Amino acid sequence: MNLRKYLKVYKKFLHTSLASELEYKANILVDLITAILSLVGSIFLLSIFFQNNGYIGGWKFEQALIIQAIYTILNGITNTWFNPNLTEIVKHIREGTLDFVLLKPIDSQFFISLKKINPSGFLEIMLGFFLLLFCIKINQINLSLSFLSLSLITISCSICILYSLWFFISTTTIWFVKTWNAIEVLRSFLYIGRFPLNSFSFSLRLFFSIFIPIAFITTIPSEVFLGLSQLWKILLEVIVASVFLVTSRKFWLFALKFYSSASS
Amino acid sequence: MISNLIKRKIFTLLKVQYSNMLEYRVEIALWAISGIIPFFMLNIWTNNNLNQSINISDVMLSRYFLCAFFVRQFSVVWVVFSFEEDSLMGKVSPYLIQPLNPFFRYFAQHLAEQITRFPFAVIIAFFFFIFNPESLWIPNLGILLLSIVSTFLSFLIQFLIQSIVACLCFWTEKASSIERLLFIPTLFLSGLLAPVVSFPAYVKSWIYLTPFPYLIDFPANLLSGNEANISGGLSMQILWIFLLFPLFKKIWSEGTKKYTAMGS
Repeated sequence: MNLRKYLKVYKKFLHTSLASELEYKANILVDLITAILSLVGSIFLLSIFFQNNGYIGGWKFEQALIIQAIYTILNGITNTWFNPNLTEIVKHIREGTLDFVLLKPIDSQFFISLKKINPSGFLEIMLGFFLLLFCIKINQINLSLSFLSLSLITISCSICILYSLWFFISTTTIWFVKTWNAIEVLRSFLYIGRFPLNSFSFSLRLFFSIFIPIAFITTIPSEVFLGLSQLWKILLEVIVASVFLVTSRKFWLFALKFYSSASS
Repeated sequence: MISNLIKRKIFTLLKVQYSNMLEYRVEIALWAISGIIPFFMLNIWTNNNLNQSINISDVMLSRYFLCAFFVRQFSVVWVVFSFEEDSLMGKVSPYLIQPLNPFFRYFAQHLAEQITRFPFAVIIAFFFFIFNPESLWIPNLGILLLSIVSTFLSFLIQFLIQSIVACLCFWTEKASSIERLLFIPTLFLSGLLAPVVSFPAYVKSWIYLTPFPYLIDFPANLLSGNEANISGGLSMQILWIFLLFPLFKKIWSEGTKKYTAMGS
């Protein structure tokens, strides 16, 4: 594969979308305030849960904060890359402009997944990192090389799963045309990723490990941070992530066979 | 004569919008599903016995969250997003010429959507009762009517707030990001995720002066049979409407003076 070509194209993508997004400077400031308020709000909610209880699902408040931090980082990544690009698929399909994408001498999935970027999501990612650093301090986590690499692996797996979920739902647009609110359903399900999985009842836990693997997205990386995670869980996450990535790729290629432009 | 004319206008608008909404049944069903976050919250509350500390039994809490779900379903407002699109696309110009405030159009759209949404919300409630048969109850007719009124008032408050934000489109191009900012306090303080009773005292001391608890917490408490100050809540809702309506009229008349169609 000509990796260099893709890197070069991506640089151009970055340049053009940053240039167009930075036109709305006040908007970025508003988005920053929104991200901060949203984090404050979820910590407030968490503090309500811990008001009279020391533990929720076996997690202390300080430990549950790690989940918030990881959720904030992942949400920032969603807002930076997944949300602006994948909602665009709906537009491409409804207006028939997917034709232009397919005709380009470049991989279509690469093009539609990375074309745009929303810089205000960066601020959210940074916010999440600051909270994570704070959590590492208050939970007295020792930073070692093996710990760092494990947490990096699990978080990148989470990103892959999250991307696949988004991409999977966006792809169904080829058949149903107006599914951008299916993404809202996914968003509301992802909301539970803010809380430790053990705090839910058994049936919900099962649902969120098998059908929509939200359990893998935030809880396992947080367990790695606390040094609680078993090796099989990490391995399982790697397997789930690769299965999701491959399936979403296959699904996209399969769906493209059914694409028949607009009004044809 | 004049009232007859207005009645006919409203009736026609509603009919048009209702048939328009019926076209997008699946979309609306998905919207209804995306509102199930209160049920996840309920699961956390009861599964960790968090409700003991606030003296609400499991059954009453599950009714509360079910009602919160219902109130939210019938008070969702998205006028700013429609208006922003119409304003950017220049569709507002023809609306402005018509002898009818364009916000009536959006208002009818919302009402029609609520009628379309109703069966889906009932189906979700039906499944809720299958899983929680002990929380089934029938509110008496007076309470039911009052809570419908207060849900409608809550819808009106949110509609007015969003219309005010939507009018900012006359000055800025991205008013929807201001709405996203305002949505955060609405999400965390309205009682959708946790009943306002459970909030810590330092929040409870000022929250009843803001419009937030009257958006979901008050109607939901009323409908579910939890403790609610009926006359106090209703009068606060009406007070907020009387405060917001002149503000909307003012910003609308200022905005339309400022308005220049795209390309002028």
